[in-house]
Order: sequence, then C-alpha cells, then structure tokens
Amino acid sequence: MAVDSPVAVRGRKGRPKARAARMSRGDRIAVTLMVAVPTLLVLGLVWVPGILSVVLSFTRWEGIGGVDTIEWIGTENYTNIFTIYPPFEPAVTHNLIWLVVLFLVPTPLGVLLAVLLDKELKGGRFYQSAFFIPIVLSLALVGFMWQLIYSRDQGLINDITGGTTDWYGDQDVNLWAVLVATCWKQTGYVMLLYLAGLKAVDPSLREASAIDGASETQTFFRVVFPVMRPINVIVLVITFIEALRAFEIVWVVNKGRNGLELISTLVTNNIVGEASRIGFGSALATIMLAILSVFVVMYLRIALREEPR
Amino acid sequence: MSGLATDARTATVNRPPRPAPVNRKARRRLLHGFLILMSLVWLFPLLYAVMNSLRSYEYTQDNGYLSLGGWTFDNYTTAWERAGFAGKFVNTLYVTVPGVLLTLFLSSCMAFVLARFSFKLNLTLLGVFLAANLLPQQALLIPLYRMFREIPLPEFMNADGGTLLNSYWALILVNTAFQTGFCTFVLSNYMKTIPKEIYESAMVDGASVLRQYWQLTLPLCRPPLAALATLQVTWIYNEFFWATVLMQTGDKFPITSSLNNLRGQIFTDVNLVAAGSLIVALPPLIVFFVLQRQFVSGLTLGATKG
Repeated sequence: MAVDSPVAVRGRKGRPKARAARMSRGDRIAVTLMVAVPTLLVLGLVWVPGILSVVLSFTRWEGIGGVDTIEWIGTENYTNIFTIYPPFEPAVTHNLIWLVVLFLVPTPLGVLLAVLLDKELKGGRFYQSAFFIPIVLSLALVGFMWQLIYSRDQGLINDITGGTTDWYGDQDVNLWAVLVATCWKQTGYVMLLYLAGLKAVDPSLREASAIDGASETQTFFRVVFPVMRPINVIVLVITFIEALRAFEIVWVVNKGRNGLELISTLVTNNIVGEASRIGFGSALATIMLAILSVFVVMYLRIALREEPR
Repeated sequence: MSGLATDARTATVNRPPRPAPVNRKARRRLLHGFLILMSLVWLFPLLYAVMNSLRSYEYTQDNGYLSLGGWTFDNYTTAWERAGFAGKFVNTLYVTVPGVLLTLFLSSCMAFVLARFSFKLNLTLLGVFLAANLLPQQALLIPLYRMFREIPLPEFMNADGGTLLNSYWALILVNTAFQTGFCTFVLSNYMKTIPKEIYESAMVDGASVLRQYWQLTLPLCRPPLAALATLQVTWIYNEFFWATVLMQTGDKFPITSSLNNLRGQIFTDVNLVAAGSLIVALPPLIVFFVLQRQFVSGLTLGATKG
C-alpha cells in the first residue's frame, strides 16, 4: 500500500499507518482523549457494574444500609437458587422455550420471506415494509398493542371464539401468547438480515448453479445458504442473545409472574421489588451473565474475525 | 467464482428444459398470493389497533369487535391527557436527542482512532466495546443504581437537587454507554475503507489529528452516521428498561414507560390503550417510512460488515 506516499518521500520510515511515537504533543493528547472518554464511559457504566454484580452475588445485602452492611456468605446464594427457589426452574424452562420458538418459527420464516423477496418482484417494497414495520416498535409497545387481541373481555380472539381465556393472564397459555407477539417482530428482523446477506452473494454462483440445471430450491440449499455462513451464524447468535435477554414484553404484561417468569424478570423482581435481596438477585444476574457471555464471545469471534492486526 | 461459472457452463450439455411459461406464470401467482396473505397477516395487528382506537368502548362492548361503527376520536384525546403524553414526549426528547448526539460523537472518536492508528490494544478495545452492547441490562442494575444514588448533582443540572438517580443525565449516560459499542463497531468498519493516502497528504499539509477527524473522516462517514442516527433515535426512543428502573417519579418517565398510566387497576379499556400505543408508535413509524433506507442499512451494517 502507498509505497510512494508523501511521508515516505520525506525520508521517514514509510509505514503506511501513523504511530503514536511520531505524533506531536497536541495530537497525542487528542488521541488519548478520543479513546479515554468513550472507554471510561463503557467500562464505568457497563463493565464495572457487571463485575460488581458478580462480586455481590457472593454476599447478603438488603441494599438499604451502607456498603459496610454487606455480609460475605460465599456460594450460599447459588445453592439457594438451585435448591429452595421455586421460580428458578420455570424461568429457565421459559427462556429455553423462548429460544426454541425463536429458532423454529421466525428464523425459518424470515429466511423464506427473504429468499422470496430477494427477487425483483412487483410490489416487493410493499411486502418488505409490511414485515419491517414491527421492527421499529419496542416490544413493550407490542405488548400493549396486542392486548386488543388477547384481552379476556375485549380481545379479538375471545370475541370470535366466544371463549373466556385470559390470554395474558392464564399461566397455561400466556407464554405462548407473548411468544406469538414476539415472533411477529422477530420475523422481520431475521428477514432484514438475510435480505442484506442475499444481496451480497455473488450472482455468478447462482447463474452457474442454474446452468447446471439445479432447481431454485437446490440452488438455495446447496449453493447460496452455505456461502452465507457468516450471516447464518450471526442470526443464530443474535437469536440466542435475544432469547436470553427477553424482558420487556413480559414485564409490561405482568412483571414476569404467573407463567411468564424469565431469568431477567427474576433478577429485576429481586432487586426493585418490595423485598430487595441484592446478593440473591446478583447471583441470578451472574448466572444470566455467564450463559450469555458464551454467545457474546461467539458473536465477537465472528464480528472481529477479519481484523488483520 | 468465474472459474466455477465457466466449468459449469462447459459441463452443461443435457439439462432438463426450463419450465414452460404457463407453469412459471402460475408459480408467480402463487408466490404473490402467499406474500399478499402473509403481509396482510403481518399488518393486521397494527390495522386492527388503528381501527379500534377510533371506536368508542361502549359501542364495541355492545356490538362486539366484529362490528363496524361507533367511530370517535375521543380515545386519542383521552389517552393524550390521561397519560400526560405532551410532557412525556418532552421527557423523551431530553433523553433521546443528547443521547443520540453523544453516542455518535463518542463512537466516531473511538472508531476514528481504532481505524486510523494501529495500536496493540485496538482489537481488544473493539471487543470490549462491542460486548458491552450485548450484555444483559438486568445484570448491571444494582451496581449502577447504587452508583447513581451516590453521585450528587449540582442544582443547575437537576432541579430536584438530588442525585444522578431519577435524572435525565442518568438515562442519557446509560443509553450512550450501551449504544456506543455497536456504533463504534459499525463506524470503525466503515472508516477502515477510507484510503490511508488521504490522511498522509493531510499530514503533509500539517493537519492535526483533530482536524483530520473533523474535516476528513466525519464528512466521508455521512452515510453510516445517517444510518446509525436513524437507528439510535428509534432505539433510545423505544428504550424501556432503564427508564422504568432509574426514573422514580412518574412525571419524569419517557413516553414508552408512561403507557402504564392508561391501564386501570381492575378495568382496562383496550381501545384507549390502542390509541395510546399508536400515539407512542407514531414517531418511530414516521422515522421508518421517511428514512427506511437508512434504518435498514443501519441494521445490516452491523451484521454484514458492509
């Protein structure tokens, strides 16, 4: 790169990239500030609190008194979570169901829609917009909006079927009701990511495959899909992360009770609820953090892969 | 790629003929049929909400939701007043505008240094930033909550004279800290595509690092900045968790978290909630329709390294 760059011409060692050592004092201060301020913010408001949560998980603390009222109790919180905390098991189960449903419904559907809309279709923009719209709405808002469909006395479903199910309240069905609304949003998101991925696939690959006589379905599964591996993995990992972080819609429905327990709501309820059990809530948070970090690392490995540094 | 293509071409001798035109027409119709059906299913919850937000509760109770009639605009005025949306919109503005500007400024600074210089820690820093965007917010709640409670604010920054807790500053800072990682990632990927020669000639002209950032890099980064701005406005506007837990007094709630005001303890008028939801949904929907291209490219920039 740039062998005859002006810097090289001037007789310095022609490294294409500037080095800190060559910078003037003002430049050095500027660069330091440009890195330090954002880094301090991210470390101070995300990483340090995250680490402190892990530390607090080994303590008992009501959170009312000062820091000196913190009592070290080792792994007692963890033992309690796994032995004498009834909501934990359903919460984990619900998170797993959430994950499986996100994989089985919106992901394949989003891929299918992306493949269909990738062709230049008449009205393609209309179709795309229809699926994109839910993406801009927050899941909290989605929860409120779907009340119109799920409400016991005024909901559409009961109006049509004449039933009396409280779709948001009945613990046999409310998880599924919430999941339908979540899928409504997630499908468009998967579709959007895949559409971008499909646009980036080299068209000559498809031509070659078509000339070879492969059907469109064959072309997709044998040629296009494998080429899109990076997007596939990103969508996979994002699905995991979304499923584990699920919170908003459940919180607006009933703060994560009666069949809607999720790990995230257990954490929140233990901390901001009436009985603030900080150590215990932190232990739950740490479990959540530990599971999620696996997927975050996976995501980072893909996202930062092509960085030759 | 071209090698593969020519191989394929030479190998093509006896292949099944292309499907007959009639067959293709039928398939096309089937495809459109399917897509129209699916789009209608997807639009239905929104259109249904629009329809019923315009009907009175009494009418839909008496005639059922499958009826037509009882048209009124009252739900919107009632929702607007009862949830105090006028003030809540202003609250949201207080958080969203500085939040987005600060996020874009800080992440562009960070991305500039990461893309422009090769320091040893570059990749680590990028990882630290990007991961911060993905951590579960609930896991950070207690320490952040306590930290904010301990930090007093001078009176000119907060009319209550209280702490960082229950102040817009807290929301702005937390949102910025969370979103900076993603924006830094997207922007640094983009900045890496800027040819180094531009900087070298700028250095010969004696341009300082700050001038290079401000006058060279930022103007070249208009497309990703526009995309990210669109995305961030929507995200911070929609932000729900921090607003719920860090704001203590209802009058300071941003718009999304104030929707709860429309639900009664025992009885909830869903037509009213629908009207409220649509009021809250309107700004993101407008952003989406006006800036759809920016929004979509912002989301895909992060995933595809485009």
